Formats: sequence, C-alpha cells, structure tokens
Amino acid sequence: MTEHYLDNSATTRVSEASAETALRLMREEYANPSSLHSKGFSASKELESARQVVASAIGADSTEIYFTSGGTEANNLAIFGTAYAHKRKGMHIVSTATEHSSVYESMLQLRKEGFEVTFISPDSFGRISAEDVLNAVTDKTILVSVMYINNEVGAINPIADIAAGLKRKAPSVIFHVDAVQAFGKTDFKVQKLSAHLLTLSGHKIHAPKGVGALYVKKGVRILPRTFGGKQEGKIRPGTESLPLIGAFSSAVRELDISQSIHTVSTLRSYLWDRLSVMKDIVINSPQNGSPFILNFSVMGIRSETMLHHLAALGVYVSSGSACSKGGKSHVLSSMGLADNIADSAIRVSFSKYNTIADCDALLEGVRQGMEKLAKR
Amino acid sequence: MKEIVLIKLGEIALKGLNRHTFEAALKKNIKSTLYGLGYFKVSIAQSTIYVTPQSESIDMDEVCDRISRVFGIVSFSRACVCEKTMESIFAHAPEYLSEELKYAKTFKVEAKRSDKKFPLTSPEISREVGGLLLEHFPHLTVDVHNPEVKVVVEVRDFGAYIRAGAMKGAGGIPVGTGGNAAILISGGIDSPVAAYMLAKRGVSLTAIHFASPPYTSERAEDKVQRLLRKVCRYAGPITMVTVPFTALQERIKDECPEELFTIIMRRMMMKISSIIAEKYDCSALITGESLGQVASQTISAIACTDDAADMPVFRPLIGMDKEEIIQISRKIDTFDISIEPYEDCCTVFTPKHPRTKPVLKFVRYAEEDAHLDELIDEAVENVKITELR
Repeated sequence: MTEHYLDNSATTRVSEASAETALRLMREEYANPSSLHSKGFSASKELESARQVVASAIGADSTEIYFTSGGTEANNLAIFGTAYAHKRKGMHIVSTATEHSSVYESMLQLRKEGFEVTFISPDSFGRISAEDVLNAVTDKTILVSVMYINNEVGAINPIADIAAGLKRKAPSVIFHVDAVQAFGKTDFKVQKLSAHLLTLSGHKIHAPKGVGALYVKKGVRILPRTFGGKQEGKIRPGTESLPLIGAFSSAVRELDISQSIHTVSTLRSYLWDRLSVMKDIVINSPQNGSPFILNFSVMGIRSETMLHHLAALGVYVSSGSACSKGGKSHVLSSMGLADNIADSAIRVSFSKYNTIADCDALLEGVRQGMEKLAKR
Repeated sequence: MKEIVLIKLGEIALKGLNRHTFEAALKKNIKSTLYGLGYFKVSIAQSTIYVTPQSESIDMDEVCDRISRVFGIVSFSRACVCEKTMESIFAHAPEYLSEELKYAKTFKVEAKRSDKKFPLTSPEISREVGGLLLEHFPHLTVDVHNPEVKVVVEVRDFGAYIRAGAMKGAGGIPVGTGGNAAILISGGIDSPVAAYMLAKRGVSLTAIHFASPPYTSERAEDKVQRLLRKVCRYAGPITMVTVPFTALQERIKDECPEELFTIIMRRMMMKISSIIAEKYDCSALITGESLGQVASQTISAIACTDDAADMPVFRPLIGMDKEEIIQISRKIDTFDISIEPYEDCCTVFTPKHPRTKPVLKFVRYAEEDAHLDELIDEAVENVKITELR
C-alpha cells in the first residue's frame, strides 16, 4: 500500500542530508564540545557553525540562539524564564486561547503560582487581533506570548503589528513568539518581527525529534529552568546534543521556503477547491492561512473514526492537534465552533514531499468514509 | 515604494581640499560593508550620501544595521523616494509612515527645501503634509516641541524624500584615511576596544597575536579570530599575524630573573611587532594598556616596553577605567567573547611578584644574557597569516 503522509505539522520525515549529518557527528565528532582538547574543539566548531546556520535563517546573531530539546522546552524556558526573571515588575501575562499546549499549559501553571494570565480569544478562523492583545496589556504586564502560525487551523497572527504596538505602548514588556509552525514555512526575520523571544523546532522541518532552539534577543534577561554546567550561556545547561543540533542545522540549510510554499499552496488549493464543494464538509481554516495546513470537518463522523479509516488506506492525518490526543481541542472550542464540528475536525498538513496523488488518496478516502462510516 | 538611505557626513564635511579623498574612502567603505546584500548605487550630492538599492527585495534593516557601524557618518535615515510634486508626496506619506504613526501619540512635520524652485515654501509643505497625516491618523496630535515621531520632508535636487527621524551614525572618520597600524591582541577585554578606537580615527588595522602552544590552545586563537571579526564590522578587513611565541617564553623563564619575566616578555612582543608592522606597511603599534591596571602597565614598566619598540605606540585606553572600557566592549559586542576563560600568552608563567618599577638598564642586561635575538628571528620567520573580514 502506498503511504500518503499528510501529518507534517505533527512531525516530518527526516531528510537524507539531516540523517547523514547526525550519523557523521555521532561517529566522528563524538567528543564533548566543552572538552579543552582539540577533538573537543573540533566538536565545538561544529556546534558553533550549526548555531550560525540557524541564526542566519532568522536574521539573528549566533549568540542569540540557545539550543534546546525541542519546541516544548523552548516555550517553557521562554515563559517561566521571563516570568521568574521579571515578576518583581508585575505578575500579569497576556497570551491567547489558541496557543500550543506547551504554552497554554505553562500559562495555567503560572496561574496556579499566582500570576494573572489573560487569554485572548480568536475569531471564528482562529486569528488573533493585534488590537485585542494590545488592549489587554496593563502596566503590570511583563510578558506577551502569541504564536505565529496556529498548529491546528493554520491561522497567521499579526506578529509584527503586535510588536510595533508593544514598542509604543509598553516597551518594557517581553514579547515571545512560538514560531514552531512558521519556521521554514514563511520567510521572516527577527528584526522585522521585533520579538524578544522566539521558539523554533527541528522536527517540523525534516530534522530529527529532540532538538529545537530559543532565540533570545541580546540584552533580554531570562532565568534558566535547569541548573548545571556552562553550556548555552548557562540558560540551558547540559552537554549539547551535537548530532541532533548538527542535523537541525543541516535541515535548515536545505530550506527553500519559496519553493516549498509554491508546492504546498498548489496542493492546498487543490484540496480546498474539491472539499469546499462537497456536501457535509466544513472548512475550518482561514483561506489566507498557512498554505501548509488545512483543517476541515466531515459532519457526523467523529475525527478519530475518520482518522483510523484513512490510516487503513495509508493516508495519515491528525484529529485536531496530535499533541492532545483524545482530549477536545481547546483551540477549536475557543474559535466558537459548534461541538459537532469540533468533534469531527481533521487536520491535513503538507510538506514539500507531498504530491497531488496524496491529495487524491485523501479525497477518495474521505468520500469512501462518508458513504461507509456510521453517522451519529 | 522605493526606499533609500540618506547619510549625513561627519567631520569630513569640514575638511578642506582633502575632502574628496575622505568622501571617496567613505563611499568605498559603505559599498564594502554592504557586500553580499545586493546591488546598490552610492552617490554624493549636497554633502549627503545616497545609498540606493537596485532591487526592492533588499533587506533594508540589515543595510541600516551595517551602515550604523561605518565610521565617518554622523547620522543616517531611511527615506521614501517621491517625485518632486505635492501629489507624489501626498500619495506616499501615509502608507510609508503608517508603521511609525499607527501607535504614536504625538508628531510633527518638518520640511526642508533646498530646491527653491519648488512652488511651496518649507512651512507650507509642513502644514500640508501635517494636515494630510492628521486625516489619515486621527488619533494623533501635533507637538512641535517634543514629538514622539518627527516626520521630515526634504525637497532636494533629484527628488523629494519622506522620512521619520534619523539614526545616529558611528561618528569618527573613514577607515583607510588615517594610515595603517598594528594592534597587539591577546584575547582580553582591552585590545579589541583599543583597535576599535583607532579604527574610529580612520586607521586601517593589522593584528598581531602571540600564541604559545601547548601553553595556550587553539581555542584561544579561535577566540582572538572571533574578536577580530567583531572589530572587522567597524574596521573593515583585518590581516591577522599569529606569532609562535613558545620558544621565547621558555627561554625567558629559564634564563631571566622571575620578577622581570613579564616586562621582558612584553619587550620581546614590541620588538617582534615592530618588525612585523614594518613588513605590513604599518607605521605605529596599538596596545590596550591602561595606566596602573596591572604591574606591567605602570609608568616605569611602560617606559621599559616602549624602549623596545621602533615606532610610535598608541595606547588609546591609557586614561580609562575598566568600567569605561567594558562599556565600549559591550557596545562593539566583544565583551562576551573576551571573558571566555582560555589561557593566553600573557597569563602563562606569570611571576608571583612582578617588578612594578623595573629599571631599564637592568632589564636590558638580563635580556642580553638570555640571547633572545636568535629566537626573535625564528618567531618572525614562522608567523601564520589569516585574512579576516
């Protein structure tokens, strides 16, 4: 059976170059980058060149990149690191109801610890308005955290507008952007976005799981969450995972954003055109959202049922967000979707490796499912 | 919309007949700092340099960031290019200024009309543009004394330009107009700052670094290269000369009185540097010494080291406190690298009690007894050259 992998916002297949880099580094550059000898120095040069590659991809200086074990750790480090470092200035945080669970749950934890958190609600397509965010900022606000591209529906948030507003209204507020679904999928530079903290992840762009990075703008102070050696400027101690970091940078090197956007846009509009004319199908993504994500509901068929039916045909998709299996998606409910729509949401997410054949397989599977599967 | 960078010249504008040399150097430095970002036209008119990108996709933030580090510039600004008609100015101003004005509370418009043939006078232009902007951004109020955003409309020879405020330039005079000098660099906080300060006065730099493997590591040398690359962002390309120093240091340790170790070592550095500097067409040496900072930086110690140099030695940090030096090193982004903890040649074999008031005569005797000259030639012959940019 041919495989049709359409779950690329959950994770991606590791590219050959990235896998080869990891293997080479494991076999050849196995020394500790902190060791003083020349073998250690050689490993540390590999580490620093990887850092440079990731930094230039977002227009940052290499000293502003801190490698982590992935997006979740980077988000936690950004949020708790800022909250604890700046709590004397105020204990109010502004975030949104559509954040990834690694941000959302961190916020709920901070609430338990006495911080006040305001969650901004999205419109019915999952988009956050810059004005709403800015209006929620008070003189007690220390952190604003807004995701760049939503992982469930692909809504693109007005990050640059929020940053510009914050600069005028509350210049001392730290602005964190979870850019996990944006990195490599839309062309951005940190100077233009004016974010202080920005989260990146490797495995969404064909690097292995277990590596990500936090961009921390020079001069912005955050506190570490773990304690140990002097690695990563003492903000994220622990021997660096050079094979994964190297593989990350090699995946970044392979990025050709405009080419991938071109590929996936074609696929998305192909699907969009066909799904939108089908009876009993509702599209939940905004039309001008990320071309990498398309979320729709097949009325009357539960997400999970459809998902397993598609998987049996070799078509892999997600129900809501793969990170919150089983539970109801807080994103879809915050968009005000009726329960029957939210319960039957399917997320298709593309990568540059997908083809029209994948879309056809999905369409065929959905059609079959709608005939065959028991409606509620 | 076409965007350009307008650059106001610093001291250069005051130079007399040499002005053109200075302007040409500055133009060349601006072009070379923008290398790799795309194609630009760089031209001078009415003591302003116009940097015109030849494509709209050029990253103007990066352009401005790099220009902010070019010496010889007092201030610069990004501006939108319009035709010299009020219609064109009106058509572009609201959109171009929207990012600045959307979240501001107060503003004012200032007009400058160097083309007196333009039908409106400066106050008239200000009034008209101010009115238009108020229409588009009704939340704004005009504040002529202390505005949050100062909008400038300039009507010049080749066009009209709209901009919001200006950014401060790096000051100084263009690198390349002040001759060549060699900076002695170890990897500490001071020498990169000293290099920066002389570059600011127009000096082109060559760097001399002393390495003593296995007492110092390749990491120490790599650290110096990274420091110099930071300095390059201001000073342009730098040739780094790495001198093998182990044999000399070992001989000094074995043959000379312990308390004179540092002073003799520094004299050797001066001798070697003078020879290398001459080879590379430099007419002075630069060090990061600051009076009284350590034993080798007292007046008598400096007198002893100076005696070994065959050319002037500039010490731009001589009267500065450590705090002041650190402040500059943070500004030029070398501080974090400087404090990385690798042994450098100055910390190897440091005596417990160095002589703070060495007497030149005795220092010379000690040196002669150690027959260091043969090792100097050897060191100079075996230098390693690295081109940094």
